Amino acid sequence: MIRVINLNKSFNGKAVLENISVTFETGKTNLIIGRSGSGKTVLLKSIVGLHEIESGEIWYEDTLFNTLDFKGKKMIRTEMGMLFQGSALFDSLTVEQNVMFPLDMFTDQTSEEKIERVNFCLNRVNIINANNLFPSELSGGMKKRVAIARAIALNPKYLFCDEPNSGLDPITAILIDALIKELTEEYSMTTIVNTHDMNSVMEIGEKIIFISDGVKCWEGNKNDILNSDCEILNDFVFANSLAKKLRSANK
Amino acid sequence: MHIGSKNLINGNTINISNFKAPKNKRMIKFLTQFGLYFLLLKKVFSKPEKPSLYFKQTMSEFVNLGLNSIGIIAIICFFMGAVITLQTAYNTENPIYPKYLIGLGCRDSMILEFSSTIAALILAGKVGSNIAAEIGTMRVTEQIDALEIMGVNSASYLILPKIIATLLFNPILTLIGIIVGIFGGWIAGTFAGVITSENFIYGIQYAFIPYYIVYSLIKTVFFAFIITTVSSFQGYYVAGGSLEVGRASTKAVVYSSVLILLFNVILTQILLS
Repeated sequence: MIRVINLNKSFNGKAVLENISVTFETGKTNLIIGRSGSGKTVLLKSIVGLHEIESGEIWYEDTLFNTLDFKGKKMIRTEMGMLFQGSALFDSLTVEQNVMFPLDMFTDQTSEEKIERVNFCLNRVNIINANNLFPSELSGGMKKRVAIARAIALNPKYLFCDEPNSGLDPITAILIDALIKELTEEYSMTTIVNTHDMNSVMEIGEKIIFISDGVKCWEGNKNDILNSDCEILNDFVFANSLAKKLRSANK
Repeated sequence: MHIGSKNLINGNTINISNFKAPKNKRMIKFLTQFGLYFLLLKKVFSKPEKPSLYFKQTMSEFVNLGLNSIGIIAIICFFMGAVITLQTAYNTENPIYPKYLIGLGCRDSMILEFSSTIAALILAGKVGSNIAAEIGTMRVTEQIDALEIMGVNSASYLILPKIIATLLFNPILTLIGIIVGIFGGWIAGTFAGVITSENFIYGIQYAFIPYYIVYSLIKTVFFAFIITTVSSFQGYYVAGGSLEVGRASTKAVVYSSVLILLFNVILTQILLS
């Protein structure tokens, strides 16, 4: 479980996140949704410690994360996996070496054990016979899946995904969503997903927070979201014409 | 009157907000960059997570930054040696000067300046831009963030192997540069007929001071450190996209070159005085 209490973050004096408080639950896919530029990525990067926060608290179970020193944060970070928007695979390493990297760095496993684990993770995300390919030789969807395989290589307790569907076609996007949900349940991880894709929201949104201009405006789940009274949320959810038609048909 | 924007110095009221603001901003920016550079170095020289992985990285950097630079250093030093020999020959046509001075001039120029300083300037262009672009691209494509999330000290993992590789390999490049440069001088001098082979070989042996080699190698080590750390610094703190990565590469080359020239003067004064 990850708890965020009264988190504030600003850049050059401009507030980007204001008094965000939320609890992300274990074994669930927790979604942070909002328009582009609303502060989703800043919130996610603040939670994982890539941004220093001005005030507030970030708790990983019973550990106050944001006040830890580098060594303390490192301990928690070995339990984190993160899928970046652009996949962030290491260009100079092959698929196999990318997934093996955290194992090389943080375990004393033998080569055989590491290769076995790499193949297991790659199979788990349906990447087959691509061990020796470089990231530049992969499609967008494959890159995301390899990045997920790398993120789960060390059996993390926490999985963070920054817009996992960006740049993907709807079918691949659904596959990635399903994979994230399956892995979350399988390994009982605390998963936080940043997205503005309403398909994802309706597919995997077990817990959802909506952010607008750095402020948390709404909290609920995929069943509540269509019946919310929150005006800004409704503008976001029913932004496209198909959603608007469905809504008026329901009424 | 806004009290916060004013101050009293010697009884005069001075508006701080208008007081040399642009210059002060530049100074603050410079000091910030200076501080960030040393903070980065502190991070770079912290204890490595897994020395065996760093060793592997260092070996890879030996190839990328060292072995791959032999060709360009050899070509440049060969032609520099050739030009120095011809220039010295055409400027010492007076029979008062013994011919072997041409060989001596070529040797000392190559050892003292060309194989270390000029080669360092060339390497600042080749290696410096390479390092800044590589690390900068890793920054803007979030690969450095990915390392940090895994709990890896990204600065140390990415930069320390480059520093070790260049500190160890650039002196070898300098020695290669000296040998190839003198060889280039001999080829040019004898083929152009400005000096005989015997005179040139006598000249390069005449009044040889071994300390000059040590001086050149010491300079090379300093220059290698400057090139690697300044370029890494420029790449590591890139924010934005490909345009900023390009700018960082340019800055890496410019700042490294200026610092090389500055430290060339300082080290020459310290080591040869």
